[in-house]
Amino acid sequence: MLESSKESLKLEAMKRIVGDPNQFIRASALRVLSSIRVPIIVPIMMLAIKEAAADLSPYVRKTSAHAIQKLFSLDADQKEQLIEVIEKLLKDKSTLVAGSVVMAFEEVCPDRIDLIHKNYRKLCNLLVDVEEWGQVVIISMLTRYARTQFTSPWKEGAMFDENNEKAFYESDSEEKKGHTEEKPYIMDPDHRLLLRNTKPLLQSRNTAVVMSVAQLYWHLAPKHEVSIVTKSLVRLLRSHREVQYIVLQNIATMSIQRKGMFEPFMKSFYVRSTDATHIKTLKLEILTNLANEANISTILREFQTYVKSQDKAFAAATIQAIGRCATNISEVTDTCLNGLVLLLSNRDETVVAESVVVIKKLLQTQPTQHSEIIKHMAKLFDNITVPMARASILWLIGEYCERVPKIAPDVLRKMAKSFTAEEDIVKLQTVNLAAKLYLTNSKQTKLLTQYILNLGKYDQNYDIRDRTRFIRQLIVPSEKSGALNKYARRILLAPKPAPVLESSFKDRDRFQLGTLSHSLNSKATGYQELSDWPAVAPDQSVRNVEIIEASGSDSEEESSESEKTSSDSGKSSSGSEQSSSESELEQKKKKKTKKVPQKKSKPTAADRYSEIPAVCWSLRASFFFPVTTSSFGPVKTYELLHHMTGKGLAAKYHFPRQPCLYQPSMVAVQVILSNSSDHSLEEIHIGDRSPASLSIHCFNTIERLEPEASVTVSMGIDFSDSTQAANFQLCTKEDQFSVSIQPAVGELLMPSSMTEQDFCKEQGKLQGMNETSATITMETANASSQAISKQVLSVANVGVVSSSQNNFSRFAGRTVSSGALVLVSLELKESSTALLTINTEKTVMASMLLRDIKQALTQA
Amino acid sequence: MIHSLFLINHSGDIFLEKHWKSVISRSVCDYFFEVKEKAVDPENVPPVLQTPHHYLISIYRGKLFFLSVVQTEVPPLFVIEFLHRVADTFQDYFGECSEGVIKDNLVTVYELLEEMLDNGFPLATESNVLKEMIRPPNILRSVVNTLTGGSNVGDTLPTGQLSNVPWRRAGVKYTNNEAYFDVVEEIDAILDKSGTTVFAEIQGVVEACVRLTGMPDLTLSFMNPRLLDDMSFHPCVRFKRWESERVLSFIPPDGNFTLMTYHVSSQNLVAIPVYVKQNINFFETGSCGRLDITIGPKQNMGKTVEGLMVTIHMPKVVLSANLTATQGNYTYDLTTKVLVWDIGKLNPQKLPNLRGSLSMQAGAPKPEENPSLNIDLKIQQLAISGLKVSRLDMYGEKYKPFKGVKYLTKAGKFQRLSLSFL
Repeated sequence: MLESSKESLKLEAMKRIVGDPNQFIRASALRVLSSIRVPIIVPIMMLAIKEAAADLSPYVRKTSAHAIQKLFSLDADQKEQLIEVIEKLLKDKSTLVAGSVVMAFEEVCPDRIDLIHKNYRKLCNLLVDVEEWGQVVIISMLTRYARTQFTSPWKEGAMFDENNEKAFYESDSEEKKGHTEEKPYIMDPDHRLLLRNTKPLLQSRNTAVVMSVAQLYWHLAPKHEVSIVTKSLVRLLRSHREVQYIVLQNIATMSIQRKGMFEPFMKSFYVRSTDATHIKTLKLEILTNLANEANISTILREFQTYVKSQDKAFAAATIQAIGRCATNISEVTDTCLNGLVLLLSNRDETVVAESVVVIKKLLQTQPTQHSEIIKHMAKLFDNITVPMARASILWLIGEYCERVPKIAPDVLRKMAKSFTAEEDIVKLQTVNLAAKLYLTNSKQTKLLTQYILNLGKYDQNYDIRDRTRFIRQLIVPSEKSGALNKYARRILLAPKPAPVLESSFKDRDRFQLGTLSHSLNSKATGYQELSDWPAVAPDQSVRNVEIIEASGSDSEEESSESEKTSSDSGKSSSGSEQSSSESELEQKKKKKTKKVPQKKSKPTAADRYSEIPAVCWSLRASFFFPVTTSSFGPVKTYELLHHMTGKGLAAKYHFPRQPCLYQPSMVAVQVILSNSSDHSLEEIHIGDRSPASLSIHCFNTIERLEPEASVTVSMGIDFSDSTQAANFQLCTKEDQFSVSIQPAVGELLMPSSMTEQDFCKEQGKLQGMNETSATITMETANASSQAISKQVLSVANVGVVSSSQNNFSRFAGRTVSSGALVLVSLELKESSTALLTINTEKTVMASMLLRDIKQALTQA
Repeated sequence: MIHSLFLINHSGDIFLEKHWKSVISRSVCDYFFEVKEKAVDPENVPPVLQTPHHYLISIYRGKLFFLSVVQTEVPPLFVIEFLHRVADTFQDYFGECSEGVIKDNLVTVYELLEEMLDNGFPLATESNVLKEMIRPPNILRSVVNTLTGGSNVGDTLPTGQLSNVPWRRAGVKYTNNEAYFDVVEEIDAILDKSGTTVFAEIQGVVEACVRLTGMPDLTLSFMNPRLLDDMSFHPCVRFKRWESERVLSFIPPDGNFTLMTYHVSSQNLVAIPVYVKQNINFFETGSCGRLDITIGPKQNMGKTVEGLMVTIHMPKVVLSANLTATQGNYTYDLTTKVLVWDIGKLNPQKLPNLRGSLSMQAGAPKPEENPSLNIDLKIQQLAISGLKVSRLDMYGEKYKPFKGVKYLTKAGKFQRLSLSFL
């Protein structure tokens, strides 16, 4: 019964595929036929596919491409015949077919790259008009193709100022180095064609398309062009949670190698309390990757708030991240370490435990005189219950037992008491500690050690029994122990290399971005490796043949359809004309549809564009993607060095109003150096300064600044609470320029938080000589407390003191260098006058500040 | 590519399954349930999971999990984007995307799924094409169908799939020709304790509702297109024209669609429409706290702020809140610990204020961190970035359509932090 019904269905379907006048019926019949998963049907299906692949309707041909995959999964022996069909369909010029046939190609014969050659340019040109799902498939196929056919655009000279990049790509470029250095790299026009035609797709609404273009640029584009995908990727972060997850994973991998790409968008990666946990961890990962000398203080401040998060798993991850920042950026190691030690007194156990683990790693990287911290941790030991943290403390004490000679034996004594109740990992470390102490301080600990070893001997866990036996033989001299005994000290107390804290995304770059394998960090079934660039490009002419043929056969069509209807072609400049002609054409097309299934032959004309030199394109690119950096808050930028006087080197500076990392008495200054000359500047650094006593924390010498590039560095200057300018020299390899930074008085302050009561109390102490006041007139519109705060904060770096009275605004700050209090209060009187009072010991500063604030308030 | 789809409800029942290739046993979902158990919140389930033989890619929408099974390498975003498109289609067809609605319309749902994927590869995902093939349900038709045994499958064949404007159906006719555009902007901002903006940006979207006869070709231009920094377009927009002339030229789909989404360059400082004065204190002793919040208008360009709402996620130790609001009313959910203050319209003469005491669990330590405030608001007739549509021109058809533009500003993720680190 079943057999016969299938038989009749089969026949009916076959009849339809061949004969029905309606293309939809033909296509649906093929869909039905190919969905019957019975092996007996294979020969008929093969016939039907061949028939449909030659159909006049592109829709039927598309369906046949789908059927190919179905047949292949049913009977893989048909491969050879199917490849023939695929080859034929690949030549198809319809946008409808392109996506489906490439999908079939990927499924059936992804290694037959030779089939693509002649269709490469056509596919590139069709790409914009293919439906979105097809675009994804085609782009990923073309990425693989391009990596086998073109030479690497990542030559040494083309690299930007990213120094870590060099190290990373060494492996790729090493063998080709000789080759690239000999002759300048010229990009294959076909390579350029692909890059140019995929770029508009970054504006697609489909996130999968945007991601696939981004990975194409990452894997194929010259280094300095990759950054155009950044903005689009950041845009995807506005999308659904799941999309964010995948995009953040990819950004995490990218940001390890190219910090600069995402640094301007750092704020987009700030964690929100509503984010899901895995999103939070990924954002944290990216922020850590982006941390550098200039932005670390901002990032650390952000981290401080995360540590207080109610999501404790996330708080723990943040502590790990702080640890990584501390090892990567040596300037802040001490700051981070101090911060972590403070966290040891946190109420939450997971936070404490995580801090202990991270501190352990940090101390190991720089085991100088940190015995204070170890002592502190030993004190905390009794209150910590998380096994990993306990084990870490024990290890630390054991490793540095000579620095805490009094505490170590005592800790061992406590452990001996609680040994049996501990977790395995803690027991192991206890045995370890006992052994180390036995070697260094056997007088005090001999008995304790033996007691612990005895306990260990009868432990339930075989690992611990094993370890105990080993340690006993190693340290306790006996006739059996032999030669190893002599070396016990050297074995146990050998200096250990510090652990490297690195990103968990470090090794993900072995996978192509945007793939399932990348997301899982393990090779998925059917994953196609991305090959390395070939040293010498394969013959370019293989792609030529078809073009000549195609344009030949299409020439008549082209002339009749001179105003092509590609939905995107904006070739004509006058908009209205084009649109109207287009819509006319639309109607023409509709008529045509009835007669012949329309054959959409796409811009062979565009092929000719492929010869446009690369210069034009890059001009457009720079017009289209203006680099934007965000600036918030009242940041004023001042000129330090004009590029005319600086022979191309320009410098600007601003006060980021952050506490200076290098020394608390310094004012943090960020300097933006840019090179507007046509050659690269080398060895930019700070030279002589005057007055000689001026203490400046200089930025590290910048080895090289490429033309048009700019770099932000941070420095610290101790102005000793005076507005006297800091003069110094900015030097390059060839020149020296004298520059000076003159701080506004308001920048010499830092905000201080206090309550209203404290404010009044302090103000009471600073009367008389220490009080300066003036009456000012303001417009009523600006007299709201918000407007006043805004104006005052724009002039001076002070903190707002919350006020209970409406007509009072209060601000408090301290001078950076000496820490003297500066209190600003403003009392609104009737008829739009106000009394501005400043109380501080520094009377000179007070009068200057008064003048500045007065000016700001009356002007606004 | 996509092998199977399972729809799973909030309590973990599989209530719908669809296989595009061979059938995969439901037991594959057990791996997913295991992970779901571990993650407390359904939001925390990672979207991509690996099992010994399959890969599971899931999305969470409207309290439902859409779980798809794939067997080979495929870009995960491809699957995720598709699943969201499926959910969007359900929303479009049935008005909402929930278990009840899907169960009520099972036949239509299966028909849709069958048309959207062929052998795991997306076939027809455009709403216009789908609607021509499978009609959205309405009461009259379902009555007629029950009586006559008919179905929702359309009797005309969709021609949209064939043309080079696959998003528009052919032969559209209206007696009233109208085109409406809604410019909706969302402000995302984080303010710190002192009210300084830590982070602010504007995201906008142009939603369109176009009911025009025939094949109109529209051109929409803006007064100040330079404002737009980054955007994504519906496939109908001619990208080249945007690039050269900064106008949106397109043949619109029929009905509702999202024309473009954009991001306003962060160089333009974002105007924050309201300010918030807040004071939340927890006392060391006495297990209680005090709360005092006032909201006032800031830069709102002369428009009224509406739909104002403040949401605070309180620390777990807060048991109840005893507050008085000068305007609107507040609710405190004891289980989720969420305080919602629904204010409504903001009256600049009389600023809304909420104050009172919070009682905390006795003996519990004082929370280390003050909760942050989430603010929700709406401003009608204003696009906060200042973006303005200058004109809409139509070519290709002779009639005069009715044109309208509406502006709306909303708060997106607007957070006021009360951090005490400064």
